[in-house]
Amino acid sequence: MHVPDGYLDAATTAGTAAVAAAGVAIALRGARRELDERTAPMAGLTAAFVFAVQMMNFPVVYGTSGHLIGGALTAVLVGPWTAVLCMTVVLLVQALVFADGGLTALGTNVTLMALVAVAAGYGIFVGLRRVLPAGRTGVLTAAGVGAFLSVPAAALAFVLLFGAGGVADVPLGSVAAAMGAVHLLIGLGEAAITVAVLGAVLAVRPDLVRGARGLQVAPELAPRPSAAQPLDVR
Amino acid sequence: MSAPRRRTRAFLLAGILVALLIAGVGSYYASSSPDGLEATAAEQGFDSTARDSATAGSPLADYATAGIDSARLSGGLAGVVGVLLVLALAGGLVMVVRRRDDRAAVPTRD
Repeated sequence: MHVPDGYLDAATTAGTAAVAAAGVAIALRGARRELDERTAPMAGLTAAFVFAVQMMNFPVVYGTSGHLIGGALTAVLVGPWTAVLCMTVVLLVQALVFADGGLTALGTNVTLMALVAVAAGYGIFVGLRRVLPAGRTGVLTAAGVGAFLSVPAAALAFVLLFGAGGVADVPLGSVAAAMGAVHLLIGLGEAAITVAVLGAVLAVRPDLVRGARGLQVAPELAPRPSAAQPLDVR
Repeated sequence: MSAPRRRTRAFLLAGILVALLIAGVGSYYASSSPDGLEATAAEQGFDSTARDSATAGSPLADYATAGIDSARLSGGLAGVVGVLLVLALAGGLVMVVRRRDDRAAVPTRD
């Protein structure tokens, strides 16, 4: 989903750069509240892990591939604001060093994959956590659905940008249909990877999953209710 | 305190190792088909407006290391460099964000 230079006109590209800069500035403030001694090292690892898994394109249909975006996974692991920062670093390195995603299109890619994918994935995760049973299965289901829908959400955000300032003159409806269809399929892969990785981390170190802090009930270590830390996400 | 901290360190090191293996070895087996956006652009006819990035001449452009012929080595080395670079930058950034917080606020969690 890395947008190259030249798909969008200069005004739209500049607009997304401004949105991306504002989003990252807000995230820098928000992340301070999220980063404690456990999440800070996890954030570095999560960003590096997302970079690695983004290299693993998996086949979908008709000679088309997709790869993890990682917005939902990162937000559940380290918190949404820190996730915006992690995703931005990944996209920055990809654009600057690997020529993956355009250089002028960096703001567009940050908007789509660091802001829209994180917001959609985490928003759905938080919403579903409220209605699903508060257990491991609930966390994984909420994260899986959030991850799944975050991909078509980012794809449709691209379609909106293309409608506003696409350079090529092609009918928007068919672009929307094609982008939506293929990214629903890629979303299934996104969900599978997100659930597999979260499930693995929850199995060994549930305390390192920020979005699952309500789950920290290792019976032998559970604090008395009066001493329990207040939960901030719920 | 030091035992859980050691366990966390082991977890982080294991995680970094997994990321290095995925990027350094696994990526060779990734699909090389165009991704969802590229395929859509080709199908809908807006791929022709794409321009090469200004960084297209980077020694690691397109996840290949310049001057190394073996695809396995070339891509694997690019992946390893990328993982370490992202780890250093993201890790450094969150440490800076966190340290400012520590200085400014009461040193309690959250």
